[in-house]
Amino acid sequence: MTGHVHRDDFGSRLGMWLFLVTEMVLFGGLFIGYSYMRYRYPAEFHHGGAELNATLGIINTLVLLTSSLTVVLAIVAVQRAEKKRAMAFLGTTLVLGVVFLVIKSFEWGAKFHHGLYPNSAHLATLPPGEQVFFGLYFTMTGLHGLHVIAGLSVLGVMLWWVATDRIRADRYVHLENGGLYWHLVDVIWIFLLPLFYLAA
Amino acid sequence: MTEHTAHTADHGEAHAEHPGYGTFIKVWVALLILTGCLVGVSHLGQTAAVWGLLTLTPLKAALVFYYFMHLKYEGPLFKIVVLVTLGTLLIFFALLFSDVAFR
Repeated sequence: MTGHVHRDDFGSRLGMWLFLVTEMVLFGGLFIGYSYMRYRYPAEFHHGGAELNATLGIINTLVLLTSSLTVVLAIVAVQRAEKKRAMAFLGTTLVLGVVFLVIKSFEWGAKFHHGLYPNSAHLATLPPGEQVFFGLYFTMTGLHGLHVIAGLSVLGVMLWWVATDRIRADRYVHLENGGLYWHLVDVIWIFLLPLFYLAA
Repeated sequence: MTEHTAHTADHGEAHAEHPGYGTFIKVWVALLILTGCLVGVSHLGQTAAVWGLLTLTPLKAALVFYYFMHLKYEGPLFKIVVLVTLGTLLIFFALLFSDVAFR
């Protein structure tokens, strides 16, 4: 390639971080809402938390933590020009992300089976505090689930780009930014676990 | 950055700055241990569970931010951006609960 190639990895990462900051505020607002509602309805939140499957929540935590590790290991592999290893790590992340969603769908499916879903007739018979609990549960885990799907799409592209050498040892800021997004999704789940699944 | 300098950085000292696989695997093990502690503490009663939530969870998040998200290896600007955001959220949290407390 001739001439000057414009590239600003620092600016690229800064842009990503500024976006992530807006995501933090988005979920932060929901966390603040949760904390007020839990303060107002402690018994109902306790009871609502008991309805959730803590084991599935814990397993999904381990799945997401491990998927975060494999993303960061993929970056190390790319930095060392270990392409096959990087692809294996990224592939593992994608599989773990799908496992997370499958577990999540079983969990939500069980709730739906028990008549617990937004605007359901059964939910309307519960005390207001429990309605708020399940409202927040579906909103926050649902919004998080959408982020997992978005993250998987982004990392799928990253895997493609590693395979086609668009991401390589001297040029991997896209992978770093995709990884940053995935880690933030992981951090949000780190908070969701104790707030909902361990609330009982 | 030109292609030339990019290649120089790749083969030069840049590698020494990057952490290896081991660092991140250790952080992952720490995260698993902290998750185990959090789950254990949640069985000890409501007070212990809330304290676990307020201490262990931010610690786990901090480990992910600092190591996995490479904040440790970034300059001060990125850290300031994150801290200002967290500070803003904390102010909103404090304002809400000061309102609730004096209702």
